[in-house]
Amino acid sequence: MSILVYTESENNNFKKNALEVLSYGKALSKIMNEKVVCVSFNIDNTEDLSLHGADKSIIINDTSLADFKAKTYSNCISKIAKKEKSKIIILSSSADCRYLAPLLAVELDSSYSPNVVDLPKSSNPLVVKRTCFTNKAFSFSELNSEINIIGLSNNAFGVHENQSETTFENEKIELIEDTIKINSTEKITGKVTIADADIVISGGRGLKGPENWHLIEDLAEVLGAATACSKPVSDMGWRPHSEHVGQTGKPVASNLYIAIGVSGAIQHIAGINSSKVKVVVNNDPEAPFFKAADYGVIGDAFEVVPKLIKKLKAFKN
Amino acid sequence: MNILVCISNVPDTTTKINFINNDSEFDTNGVQYIINPNDEFGLTRAIWFQQKKGAKVTVLTVGESSCEPIMRKCLAIGADKAIRIDAIPTDGFFVANQVSEICKKNNYDLIIAGRESIDYNGGMVPGILAGLLNYNFVTNCIQLEIDQNIAVASREIDGGKEILSSKLPIIIGAQKGLVEEKDLIIPNMRGIMQARQKPLDVIRPINIQAKSIIKSFEKPKPKGEVKLVPSDNVDELINLLHNEAKVI
Ligand SMILES: Cc1cc2nc3c(=O)[nH]c(=O)nc-3n(C[C@H](O)[C@H](O)[C@H](O)COP(=O)(O)OP(=O)(O)OC[C@H]3O[C@@H](n4cnc5c(N)ncnc54)[C@H](O)[C@@H]3O)c2cc1C
Repeated sequence: MSILVYTESENNNFKKNALEVLSYGKALSKIMNEKVVCVSFNIDNTEDLSLHGADKSIIINDTSLADFKAKTYSNCISKIAKKEKSKIIILSSSADCRYLAPLLAVELDSSYSPNVVDLPKSSNPLVVKRTCFTNKAFSFSELNSEINIIGLSNNAFGVHENQSETTFENEKIELIEDTIKINSTEKITGKVTIADADIVISGGRGLKGPENWHLIEDLAEVLGAATACSKPVSDMGWRPHSEHVGQTGKPVASNLYIAIGVSGAIQHIAGINSSKVKVVVNNDPEAPFFKAADYGVIGDAFEVVPKLIKKLKAFKN
Repeated sequence: MNILVCISNVPDTTTKINFINNDSEFDTNGVQYIINPNDEFGLTRAIWFQQKKGAKVTVLTVGESSCEPIMRKCLAIGADKAIRIDAIPTDGFFVANQVSEICKKNNYDLIIAGRESIDYNGGMVPGILAGLLNYNFVTNCIQLEIDQNIAVASREIDGGKEILSSKLPIIIGAQKGLVEEKDLIIPNMRGIMQARQKPLDVIRPINIQAKSIIKSFEKPKPKGEVKLVPSDNVDELINLLHNEAKVI
């Protein structure tokens, strides 16, 4: 028996969330007294796995797996899970993991709970704590299959070092035919994504128009942050849909979320509430965001933000 | 082209979430229900295929009779036919298995479900359905074109998008971006009148067990007061974020 962790990689390097799911797997393995096995695709440097607690690492190096394909990947992971007799499989909440998780669940006839925010409340029966109602509440869900898949929420557990003795295996897997074709991939390079960001800077309608977004972008740049926006801002085409955060947009679970000129409607707050520290800049002291925030500045964004950028630059130096 | 759109009946986005019976049950008292927003994006795209390409659109939900108002709304928006599988939707596996029974009996070329519902956020139904039927599947779909029997779909990925193509039949997990907000259809009087005449079939569920059970709910801890920083003292904000919150 084992706990299987899918350690995701990109361009032959582990993603940050790979080490978070591994840290979680290690902590769970101690509770359940099982070995934690990682499965990775196309990886050269595996030091990070030992450093974060892997007992065993299975690596599938195959150039046909260079592009992520949900069905093929899930099939490979399911084969490893069967071979390793895994009872629990841990995935991150990246777009790719959310894509493959239900397919994997069917292959293994397992249950699946996404949005898990903590170690299980009990391991037998397996009861996990997860968010529901788009972060407005939590539920304790009992997963009662032979094999259960846990989808860990981004940034919910953190990355923890735990130097371990790892045995390494290279595995060759006969790939199934995936009849979906990837025509092209467009990826913005050199920009932090909302999913990976420690800090997110978000702009709302209070910024008056897209021409003022340099305020958000400059602030994001000083802090190495990702940029986001409220729903009406993306609906009006001031910013791309991919930046829309909230109940009907992307969830944000960063360490720091700074909202500029965002009123803090219930749908907006729902999506960003998992962020650890929230800051609001708004000229209306009655704006609902002040009830959800940890720190607030009542003031005009056009005065406060340039000052903040200037002072942060000085602080960073 | 035959299109099936899976619809989830969810609490309005402004709903205050409360629980009853020792936090074991969601308090539905006074809750308004809406079509799950992700499903509505999918339905809107389906209606586009109906209007431009003569597709036939069926909407389907797994739920009790209390879901019928939103199914009528889907018909008023333009769906040709509605099906309700008369069961409490206990979890994503249960729902996907119920839907797959209907799919096996009908030849749908395109099946659309929201990428997730905004109540239980399972994000399972379209993917599990795809696994059960062994159909191709694209989730987080932000663009969908169909030409002859080939679907071209864009999937939102972390930090970009990916364009995929597949033969029909295909299953799509819909989300914001698939249609523009302004294209969402508000039913008019004529649509509402017509919807009354359209078929809404009620079907008995198949016998299947859920794979998960919600034992209890918990509300987030109440938040402390916001700390206000004077707008002419951003140094203090930087100081707090650095020394107190330790996030910069
Ligand atoms: C079904 C549904 C789903 C929704 N989902 C989402 C969602 O996922 N995400 C989302 O964000 N919204 C969502 N909404 C919309 C939500 O209800 C709000 O309308 C929206 O969040 C408001 O956006 P905003 O804060 O940018 O704009 P506004 O509400 O217009 O707020 C602008 C704020 O800027 C402040 N301001 C103005 N000028 C300045 C200045 N010079 N300096 C500083 N502050 C200033 C104002 O005081 C105000 O508080 C949804 C709505 C519905 C009905």
